[in-house]
Amino acid sequence: MAEIIGGANIIEVKSLSVFYSQFQVLKNVNIDIQVRKITALIGPSGCGKSTFLRTLNRMNDLVEGARTEGRVIFDGKNIFDDDIDLLELRRRVGMVFQRPNPFPLSVFDNVTYGLRVHGQTDPTSMEERLFHSLQAVNLWDELKDRLQTNALWLTGEQQQRLCIARVLAVEPEVVLMDEPCSALDPTATARIEDLMYQLKQKYTIIIVTHNMQQAARVSDYTGYFLLGELVEFGLTDQIFTSPRDRRTEDYITGRFG
Amino acid sequence: MARPKANDRLIRISLLVVALSAISILAIITIFIFEQGLPIMAKYGLKNFLLGQDWFPSEKSFGLLPMIVGSLLVTLGALLIGVPLGLASAIFLTEFSTRRVSRILKPVIELLSGIPSVVYGFLGLMFLVPFIRETFGGPGLSVLSASIILGIMILPTIISISIDSIRAVPDSYREGSMALGATKWQTVRMVVLPAARSGLVAGIILGMGRAIGETMAVIMVAGNAADLPGSLLAPVRTLTSNIALEMAYASGEHRQALFATGVILFVIIMILNFLANLTARKQSRK
Ligand SMILES: Nc1ncnc2c1ncn2[C@@H]1O[C@H](COP(=O)(O)OP(=O)(O)OP(=O)(O)O)[C@@H](O)[C@H]1O
Ligand SMILES: [Mg+2]
Repeated sequence: MAEIIGGANIIEVKSLSVFYSQFQVLKNVNIDIQVRKITALIGPSGCGKSTFLRTLNRMNDLVEGARTEGRVIFDGKNIFDDDIDLLELRRRVGMVFQRPNPFPLSVFDNVTYGLRVHGQTDPTSMEERLFHSLQAVNLWDELKDRLQTNALWLTGEQQQRLCIARVLAVEPEVVLMDEPCSALDPTATARIEDLMYQLKQKYTIIIVTHNMQQAARVSDYTGYFLLGELVEFGLTDQIFTSPRDRRTEDYITGRFG
Repeated sequence: MARPKANDRLIRISLLVVALSAISILAIITIFIFEQGLPIMAKYGLKNFLLGQDWFPSEKSFGLLPMIVGSLLVTLGALLIGVPLGLASAIFLTEFSTRRVSRILKPVIELLSGIPSVVYGFLGLMFLVPFIRETFGGPGLSVLSASIILGIMILPTIISISIDSIRAVPDSYREGSMALGATKWQTVRMVVLPAARSGLVAGIILGMGRAIGETMAVIMVAGNAADLPGSLLAPVRTLTSNIALEMAYASGEHRQALFATGVILFVIIMILNFLANLTARKQSRK
């Protein structure tokens, strides 16, 4: 697979296996994630896509009984090494969840949350980051007069944008998105997809999606997971037009047909 | 088709009757207390009741200030002890202990609220009062003893309600926070507790109500002198104690003055509830 991938890798996953207690969810996954590209992960329900994503920022550490084998090299370092700064890793590898989960705080407090958590509480730089983050997700104009509004009052789409802004505020390098549009209507979905396209200029994005068209539309690379295995990984065009593996083809055509 | 509807109506009407009778019983009690207590307050002047420092019922002197101050002091003391301890325990049990530990400890804590208050008072009298007398001086029967006993007595209330409201905070908030690189403690402090605030305040209000209304345990450890306490180590009498201590032999205006004590207690509790609710709402809107 290596030959179809040129350019710089920001994440290299090597022989990754993940277990929940006795149950093996990911089996020997190898994948290289390219910097400033959108990588889509597709596959049927329960095949381990979310688990894979949550491994990359070690959110799986929080799951009781979760165990990992193999390596994930991010910025030249194995994230499972003992001397890794876990909080810094999560700052650099941000995550957007399936259901928008803004905190029940003001818009301002939501966006600046990560800054305060990491001790960057200088008021002017907070304001600046607030502006840039909201601007980046095209929310600034809508919300600039409502910064003290409780975020729970926003629409679903605004909430999801806010959650993305919240991640951008701490200046991550990678943004993990786990079915970020599944709670949104088609128009909102289209606008979030546009947003991903803009964000690609600065960030590496890995998105899990159940929506085949979405994967085809937004991503540069696509990986197909089945029962914990990465069946196929490559350029999105190639995966969708001439998949090498029968199983990939079945899945894609099954969904399209 | 008609049947479920008729059923619904029947159920609604019976619930209405039950609710109305419960409410009217409460209303009758309230009216009775006010009816008994207000005339004497009118006769001797509200000011003398609220600000008078001398309680000599036989000489028609009904100053309740020492008891008002006493009730407020021991309630405040109980909250100062019970709230931090209670919140800390609830936070520990929900966020920082394994599920097994909290599954064992929570029922144990709830059991504590079932212990009769006379037992708390007795334990306080046997151990706490002598301890305070020997360590800090004074009679031992004091504001401090009453505050500590009450603080312990309101712990189960505060802990179990806090646990419930912290558990009700969706995990997605915790995940969102941790995924931004927050520590567990930051997550609790900056997201979980604010999200649980209205429940936490409800627990504190209930605890406060229990503290200000508690009688038996306070009588046993507070000393009950009807004077303004000069220090935390001085004895103190609360409004509830005032009623309980004298009701057996009070008659005439003395008896009415005890009802007036009840009226004042009633009003104070209403005011405290109102204030607590107000702060809760104001903060959550922010
Ligand atoms: N905390 C957990 N404990 C035990 N098993 C889990 C846990 N989380 C997920 N699993 C199991 O691991 C497998 C993979 O789950 P995962 O959520 O990664 O799948 P997914 O591909 O994201 O599915 P979906 O498309 O439905 O979101 C599933 O069989 C699931 O039941
Ligand atoms: Mg998933």
